[in-house]
Amino acid sequence: MTDVRPVDNWETDFDVLSPRYVDDPFSIWDELRTTCPVAHTDRRGSTWLPTTYQDVVDLAHDIDHFSSLDITVIPFTGEEPDEPVLPYGVPPISADPPLHTFTRRLLLPWFSHRKVESYEAMTRELCAGLIDGFLADGRADAAADYAQQIPVRVIAAILGVPAELSDTFTGWVRAVLEFADDEEVRREGTIGLIEYFVSEVERRKSDPGDDLLSALLQTEVDGQPLEDSIVLGVAALTLIAGVDTTWSAIGSSLWHLATHPEHAKILATDPEAMPLAIEELLRAYSPVTMARVVTTDVEFQGCPMHAGDKVLMNFPSANRDPQAFEHPDEVILDRAHNRHVAFGSGIHRCAGSNLARMELRVAIEEWLRRIPEFRVAENADVTWAGGQVRGPRSVPVVFP
Amino acid sequence: MKIRVDPDKCTGHGRCYGLAPELFSVDDYGLSSVIGDGTVPPELEDKARLAIANCPEYAVEELAE
Repeated sequence: MTDVRPVDNWETDFDVLSPRYVDDPFSIWDELRTTCPVAHTDRRGSTWLPTTYQDVVDLAHDIDHFSSLDITVIPFTGEEPDEPVLPYGVPPISADPPLHTFTRRLLLPWFSHRKVESYEAMTRELCAGLIDGFLADGRADAAADYAQQIPVRVIAAILGVPAELSDTFTGWVRAVLEFADDEEVRREGTIGLIEYFVSEVERRKSDPGDDLLSALLQTEVDGQPLEDSIVLGVAALTLIAGVDTTWSAIGSSLWHLATHPEHAKILATDPEAMPLAIEELLRAYSPVTMARVVTTDVEFQGCPMHAGDKVLMNFPSANRDPQAFEHPDEVILDRAHNRHVAFGSGIHRCAGSNLARMELRVAIEEWLRRIPEFRVAENADVTWAGGQVRGPRSVPVVFP
Repeated sequence: MKIRVDPDKCTGHGRCYGLAPELFSVDDYGLSSVIGDGTVPPELEDKARLAIANCPEYAVEELAE
């Protein structure tokens, strides 16, 4: 059950699912950084919440005390099946070395700078097609109709999902990620994805294509082919980690530009402003919080952390820490000193960061090329999702 | 100006390459190294400073003369 008791004390009883935290976590972090930089809660198990840049980075680098075997911010509370579909989880994100090391090496070349360039034309075409669908209406939901449609279709292509199945596939993934609080919808999406991938694994063993899934199935480690469940875990990871994360970054950025027309104007007219601006939007609206599990009792910043405790890798708060960033709550498009950790820090640095960055840039470029002036619709309800991934669910905009 | 990438610190964020592709090359795993011996031509010094100030792992360093 979701614990919905209101929060009276953010230092000792925080709740990342409380409406205030989802809506405006920034003011909470600001306060905690000065009064109690590592907060604690016993809701959903003993959990710590660091808020400063230095603490978050130090924790991310201490892989001996802080394991990635469970990276979920909101623990799974359903019944575990007797024979889990993914006994190895979704490596490398949910693994420690050595499983982490070799699965990460398999995945990284698919998201290298060079490889990501080869996905750019497809991404641009996809964005343009989405805009074609609503341009004449003069209004659209920048989150649901645009941002949430992009990353899943790019990942689907990388995994070798045929174009004619793209809508169905997108529906399954959105069911799991966006409608997660609806048990029935979520289950349908999960079953659709599992059945599809299990059958594709069999098919592509005999009839491989030029895609990530086929490549993983052809891979040998120490002379042995990878186990199917590792292949399925890595494939599932690309969806879990590469979809709502990126759509949240795109959605937040478009919301920012809808509410800051002076920034939209700069980016629409000066392509050279884009590289630094993308990093600044990633810093200010970092979507992702990860988690670690404490391996052995350890004291961190005076806090007695016990084996089995969770520690939330609060990258979004690190990126708003005034000790690390001047005027952290201001979006400064040409910010020159920007060591943001939106993609994490250390050995678990987001493996898909190049892809995410490209998708974010292309999504903004295509939007501004066709819709340079837009604003949030009057009386519109801009709603946010939070927890592990923070981003707008709905950003109704008009472009008269 | 001369720079280097500390291979023990780089985890492949790709920020240096993204901001200054003239100065860095990256491998298939995202790991970065300086092109040539790391000597920065005067016209690229601003870009080199940008790369130093944007590395989340403090892996890009200026070498003392």
